[in-house]
Amino acid sequence: MNDFIRQLADITGSGFVSSEPEERYLYSMDQGTMSPAEPDAVIMPGSTEEVREIMLLANKHKVPVVPMGGGLVLSGLTRALHGGIILDMKRMNRILQINPKSRYAVVEGGASEGMLQAYLKKHHPELKHSMPDAPPIATLAGNICIHGSGHLSVLGGFHSDMLTGMEVVLPTGDIMRTGSCSISPDWFARAPLPDLSGLFIGWSGTTGVVTKLGIRLFPSYSHNDMLIFVCEDADLMPDVISRLTGTQVAEDMTPWMTPKPEWARGFLHINISYGAHSKKELTFKRNLLQASVKKYSDQKIAGFLPMPPTEKSRFLKIPSPDLVKFADIRKGGGFEYVGAIMAIEHFAEAYRAGLQIARTYNVSYSMGARIIGAGHAMMFFYAYAFNRADPEDIKLAQHALEATNTAALEIGGIPWKSELPAQKQIINKMDQNTFNLMNQIRSVLDPNHIMNPGNWEK
Amino acid sequence: MSLTKKSGKSGCYAKVSEDITMLHEEILHRCFRCGYCKMPSSYIDLNCPSYLAFRFETYSPGGRMWLLRAWLDGKITLSKRFSEIMFSCTACGNCTEHCPFPGFKDLLLEAFTAARGAFLDEGLVPAGVRDYLTRMQLHGNPYGLPAKKRADWAGGTEIAPFTDQEYLFFAGDEGAYDTRGQEIARSAAKLLAKAGISFGILTMGENSDGNDVRASGETALFEELAKNNTDLFNKKNVKKIITLSPHGFNAFKKDYPELGGNYQVFHYTQVLAFNMGKLKFRENSDPVLATYHDPCYLGRHNMDYYSSRMMLSAVPGLKIAEMDRNKQNALCCGGGGGNFFTDVLSSGNESPARSRVREAKATGATIMAVSCPLCAIMLEDAVKAEGLDGDLRIMEVSEIVNDRIL
Repeated sequence: MNDFIRQLADITGSGFVSSEPEERYLYSMDQGTMSPAEPDAVIMPGSTEEVREIMLLANKHKVPVVPMGGGLVLSGLTRALHGGIILDMKRMNRILQINPKSRYAVVEGGASEGMLQAYLKKHHPELKHSMPDAPPIATLAGNICIHGSGHLSVLGGFHSDMLTGMEVVLPTGDIMRTGSCSISPDWFARAPLPDLSGLFIGWSGTTGVVTKLGIRLFPSYSHNDMLIFVCEDADLMPDVISRLTGTQVAEDMTPWMTPKPEWARGFLHINISYGAHSKKELTFKRNLLQASVKKYSDQKIAGFLPMPPTEKSRFLKIPSPDLVKFADIRKGGGFEYVGAIMAIEHFAEAYRAGLQIARTYNVSYSMGARIIGAGHAMMFFYAYAFNRADPEDIKLAQHALEATNTAALEIGGIPWKSELPAQKQIINKMDQNTFNLMNQIRSVLDPNHIMNPGNWEK
Repeated sequence: MSLTKKSGKSGCYAKVSEDITMLHEEILHRCFRCGYCKMPSSYIDLNCPSYLAFRFETYSPGGRMWLLRAWLDGKITLSKRFSEIMFSCTACGNCTEHCPFPGFKDLLLEAFTAARGAFLDEGLVPAGVRDYLTRMQLHGNPYGLPAKKRADWAGGTEIAPFTDQEYLFFAGDEGAYDTRGQEIARSAAKLLAKAGISFGILTMGENSDGNDVRASGETALFEELAKNNTDLFNKKNVKKIITLSPHGFNAFKKDYPELGGNYQVFHYTQVLAFNMGKLKFRENSDPVLATYHDPCYLGRHNMDYYSSRMMLSAVPGLKIAEMDRNKQNALCCGGGGGNFFTDVLSSGNESPARSRVREAKATGATIMAVSCPLCAIMLEDAVKAEGLDGDLRIMEVSEIVNDRIL
C-alpha cells in the first residue's frame, strides 16, 4: 500500500494525499449513525486528468475507490467499506460556464452549492439554481447523484431532473460524456440521446466519478414571498398539496410537522415559496394559491398562518442554517433522517407511522416533506437527533431509522440515499430482473469492482 | 478517572493514567461538521485559512473538533500531523462568526487554544512553533532581538518617551523589530503627531503583548509577558494605550484586565478616524481605487470595521472598492495565531495571503490598504509570489494619508 500511496502522490502532489491516522479517522464516517469504516488513504484530485490517472492506478491494483463530495449525505455512503481510497473531490470546485440564455451552468465535480449560488448572485442576479437544504458546502455533483431536491423542486423536479449532462471518469480510466455535451460544445440537455446519465445517478458512487456537470438555472425573482398553510387533519394533506401545486405558481413546497416549538405541536404546516417579477404578479400568484385551498379556509378547518414580514425573512433564507441546528437539540451533534420518496397520497399514512416510531423509540424527531414537481411525488423525511457522545442514544436512533425504512417500504415508498441496511431492504423488495440488470451494468462499467464496493449489494 | 481541574503546564488540559480531560471538551462532540465555518456568509469562496490551504477535512474547524473528541476518547493519539493540524489554525474567528450553533460557537477558538496547550505540554509542536515560543521566552519578542533595541524604530524621529502624555503608543513586536513594520510604526506615529495627539513611547522594559502566544496555547508564558507589561504600564501610570497592531489591541483590551492591566485601549485607526478633520490634504490629488483588507483582530474579534474605512474615505480622490469577502467575512492573511512567525500554513498557491491578493486585484484596485503590520508584510510577500508587483501595492492606511497631506 505504501508504494501505491507514493504513486498517488506522484499524480496529485504529496500535499493532497494522506494515509495519516487523522485523515483515515475523520474520513471513516459521516455525521449519521453508520459505524466507521477507514480508508487506507484520502486523495484530492485537482483535475479530470488526475482523476483519470488515479482510476487507472486503482483499477490496475484493484484498490477500492470511494468518491466523496461534501460528505454530508448522513447515511454513510462515503465510507470505505472495503478500505481503499476516498476521493475527496472538493478541490475541483470551479464554475466553468454560465449560459444565461439557455439557462444552465457547467461546474466541476467538487463545486459547492453555496459557491454557485454566490457566483450567480454576483454575476447573473437574474438567475438562480435549486439549492438543497443541505449546508452550502454540499456539492452539486453529490446532490444530483443522490437524486437530491431543493428550493425549486416544485418547479423543476428532482435535482437529477435538472441535470443537463456530465463528464465522468469510469473505473477503467475512460473519460466519457453524457447528454448534449457528448456531441456539441453546449451542455443544454440530456435529450434526445440515450440517457447515459442514468448510469451514474442513484448508484451511490458505484459506477464512476463525476468530474463536470451541467445544471439547469431558473429565473431569479426580484419579489419573493411565502405562505404557511396549516391544518390539523393529515388526511387532508394530499388534496391540499394537489390543489396548491395545481396552481403551478409555487417554486417550493415543504410540509413540516414537529413537536417543538409548542405552538407547532399537532399541526401540519406547508411552507409555500413563490416569486415574481413585480408586486402585481406576486399578488396575483398569492391570490391563486389562496384560492386553490379556499374550500378548506371557508370551512375553517385549515388556513394560512398570519405572518409578519420579519418572520417570513427567516423562512426565505436559502439555505436556512436553522435546519442544521436540529443536530444540537440533544446537545450531541448528531442527526440522521430517512427521506423516503413516495406518492403524495401516502402522506397521512407516512405521518402516522412516524409518530408511532417516535413514540416507540422515544426519540427527538422532526418530520416533513418536499414536494417534487406538480405533486408528482414527495420526499417525506423523518429526522432523528442523537447525542454522538452517547452510544445508547446512537443505537436508539439507528433502531428508529431502521423501523422507519421498513415503514416507508411498507407504505410503498423508497428510502432515499439509503444506508447500507436500507439498501439491502430495497434490494429484497426490488424486482429481481431490475437488480440483475444493475449488476450487469456495474460489471461492464467496473469490471474489477473497485467503485465504492459494499453498496448496492445483497 | 478524570480530572475536573486542568493542571497541565499550559493550564489547558490534564492527563492522569489513561484518562485525559481538556478545557471545553464538553462542546467537542456537539459540532455537526455542517461546514458553515469554512465559508463566508455569501458562500462565494472558502474562508477558513487552513482549510483553504490544505483542503483536507481535518484542517477545517469541524475536523479539529472531531479529532479532539477522538483523542479524548482514545481513538487517535497526539502526533506530528495532529499538531500541524491544530497549529495551522490562525485564530481568525471565521468559524465563530459563521457557526450556526449559538450554544457553543463562541467557545470554538478557546477549545482549539486549550488543545494547543495539550500539544505544548507533550512537547509535540511544529518546529516553527517551538522556536517562536523559545524566542518569546528568552527575549520577550519573537525576533530574538535584544529588548534594548525595542525603541530603535523611533530613532531619528521626534517621538518622545512616555512621561505624562495622554496616550502610550505601543508599536508591538513588528513595529519595533521588523524593517517594514518599523516604517509603518513611524508612519502611524507621524500621523498621530500631525493630528495633535499627545503620546509617548516606552524606551525600556516592555515586551511582546503576547496575543499570539496566548492563541498558541502557551497560557503561562502569555501571563508572564502580560504581567511584565502591566507592571511596567502601571508603574508609569499609563491610562490610555494606542496600539499599532490589532493583535496587541486585542490582548490589551480583552485579556489584560483580568491580569491587572486596566487601560483604555485604542487601535491607532480608531484615534485617527475622528481626527481626520485636523489634517490638511493636498489639492488635486490623483484619483485612486483602493480596497481595504480587514485585519481579524480589529474586525471579527473586536467588530471594528469602520475606523480604517473612515480614514480612507476622508482622503480626496480615493475610492474604496470592496472585496467579495469583507468586514465580518474577510479572509485572514494567514498570519494570525502565531503563523506569521511559525509558517505552519506555508506559502503555496492556495495560501490565504495569495488568495487574498488575487481577490484584491480582481476589484480593479491598485492599492490594497491594511491597518495591521502583520497583514502588510504577509500580503506584500504574496504580491511578489503572485507576480503582482507594479499592479497592486500594499499600503498601510496612515501611509496612504501621509502621502496626501500637506
